Amino acid sequence: MEILTRVHAKNLVQWAKDKPEVLVLSADLTSSTEIDLFRDTYPERFLSMGIAEQNMLSFAGGLAREDFFPFIHTFAVFIYRRAYDQIAMSVAYPNLPVRMFGFLPGIMTPGGATHQAIEDIAVMRALPNMTILECGDATDVESVLDVAHAVNGPVYVRILRGEIPRLFHPSEKMVLGQARKVSTGRDLTLLTSGICTEEAMRAVQVLQGRGLAIEHLHITTLKPFDDPAVMESIAQSRYGVITMENHSIIGGLGTIIAEKMAEQGLGKKLVRIGLRDTFVHGASKAYLMKEYGLDAMALIAEVERLTGETLGIAESELAEAHLTAVHSLAKAEAL
Amino acid sequence: MTQETHHDGERWQRRAQQVARGIRQRVLAHTVNNNGGYLSQACSAAEILAALYTKIMNLAPVDKPLVPPPFAGVPGPDNPNSFTGAIFHGPKASQRDRFILSPAQYALVVYAALIEVGRMDEQGLDHFNQDGSTVEMIGAEHSPGMEVMTGSLGQGLSQAAGIAMARKLRGETGRVWVFVSDGELQSGQNWEALQAMAHHRLDNMGIYVDVNKQQCDGPVCSVMNMEPLHERLASFGARVFVVDGHDLDALAAPAELEPDGRPLVVLADTDPCRGLPILQTRIPKLHYVRFVSGEERERYRQVLADFSAEA
Repeated sequence: MEILTRVHAKNLVQWAKDKPEVLVLSADLTSSTEIDLFRDTYPERFLSMGIAEQNMLSFAGGLAREDFFPFIHTFAVFIYRRAYDQIAMSVAYPNLPVRMFGFLPGIMTPGGATHQAIEDIAVMRALPNMTILECGDATDVESVLDVAHAVNGPVYVRILRGEIPRLFHPSEKMVLGQARKVSTGRDLTLLTSGICTEEAMRAVQVLQGRGLAIEHLHITTLKPFDDPAVMESIAQSRYGVITMENHSIIGGLGTIIAEKMAEQGLGKKLVRIGLRDTFVHGASKAYLMKEYGLDAMALIAEVERLTGETLGIAESELAEAHLTAVHSLAKAEAL
Repeated sequence: MTQETHHDGERWQRRAQQVARGIRQRVLAHTVNNNGGYLSQACSAAEILAALYTKIMNLAPVDKPLVPPPFAGVPGPDNPNSFTGAIFHGPKASQRDRFILSPAQYALVVYAALIEVGRMDEQGLDHFNQDGSTVEMIGAEHSPGMEVMTGSLGQGLSQAAGIAMARKLRGETGRVWVFVSDGELQSGQNWEALQAMAHHRLDNMGIYVDVNKQQCDGPVCSVMNMEPLHERLASFGARVFVVDGHDLDALAAPAELEPDGRPLVVLADTDPCRGLPILQTRIPKLHYVRFVSGEERERYRQVLADFSAEA
């Protein structure tokens, strides 16, 4: 699998070259959110806002009312938890084109409960006018800027940094409201988002080998959620649907699917893999994924439960997971 | 009993100097061995924490240096096992002080201080950032020496003020000490906390600010200027003292004053390279030290060897 580094850092500079109306705002995490290259390339379009997110979000609302496009960059958790009312009233209510890039979503940071955005989708989804996107690979990170920028209103993006795998060919770009098919099959539908897509692919390879036909879809648009192909896949599944997300099972992808299925009267079983209504603590991504049941083995266990089949798959059969070293040179600190 | 009591005439300063030196040495060793660490924070804050732990704070002793317990789950109605890192400060009591660490990224420095004052087992630092450990990189309330969640900067002061208010309402004589870093004062909540502290006359709390003039992106004045900090704090109703943050007597003096109704704020003017001049070559990027080459790491290893030889 191809692994790329600092994808957003380079891509943003290239993408913003002919867009003087795009301003980047930073809350003292410039290198950590890969906007150091932008700062050095376009210093006049880079605004240092300090450790003061509430002000930063309302300030962005002011900029957007004057026809600029503020691109907020900080850790995901510090966007929605520290400045929620400011996002709601200064940005979402007036439907302003503020683009919010949230780094290290979910269990991706060892920074502990204060740094882990585990309910950001639930909270942001409840805001009228908000669009929510999530990146799962390098192609997503490269194409999300065009998707976000075409939206008439605020956009919240769960984005990746550092070393990122390429799961989709660069020509298979992210498209608003369209899931991408990773594998096809009628036994069950598997919906994954963010880093869970790569993790799920490890399990699906082995599950397919055991004769299970899995329709695996990679979800990047969480709001609005109106891709008919997703609901058709669920309707045609033999056993039902599994959602897998780096987020609480309350309010995220699993909840979205539950709502859609109920509205459409789809009488299929739904299994939600995610954080089960719990805060998390500081530890490595691999450890937390295992501890909280977000890894490939957890997915296999849920497939066994849903299908009623015991598959006897050992962890050693799974393809090597991509792991980033704590002190990878592709990130600014150990977070 | 490992915590030394302060007898009249005892040279507490000598002990505090040893503690400050030990903090730098332990954090340097950790940084060299792990190829990364919050090293400049140890250099700037060593004397502040040494003065707090050996002189200023009235903490109950611990029977013996504690081994950090493993993570016991997040707090909740179904988890009777969760705990806070306040156990490292001895049993709570009406006349005893409390300590709140506001910038949770200083946890490594506090861990080193706890070892130096005999409150944490020396091996405790080996648990740092290990899976399942409470010795977290960004300290949480279960981490040694911590008792509230402060990794989202700006909430430490408000929580400390709430604790101070509660203690005042209960008539407790113990005080609440808060360690704050200068960069985090950019967050507006700190100023809301200050106005509440002044309004409710919380003179039973004291704030030590590590004014090292550094934050993640670089010099504080380049990221978001806050000067004149002294005047801003005073205008919010605080009783402000500016001291040399590496002068133990100057650090301890304001804590000796009779409370006068105003919250006490000590602006400790510090040098983020103090005691480790080799750090000066990294200016202005001091927030997190990770070596750019094996050669650089070796140079720090040599400094550590010299440091250890001098002891």
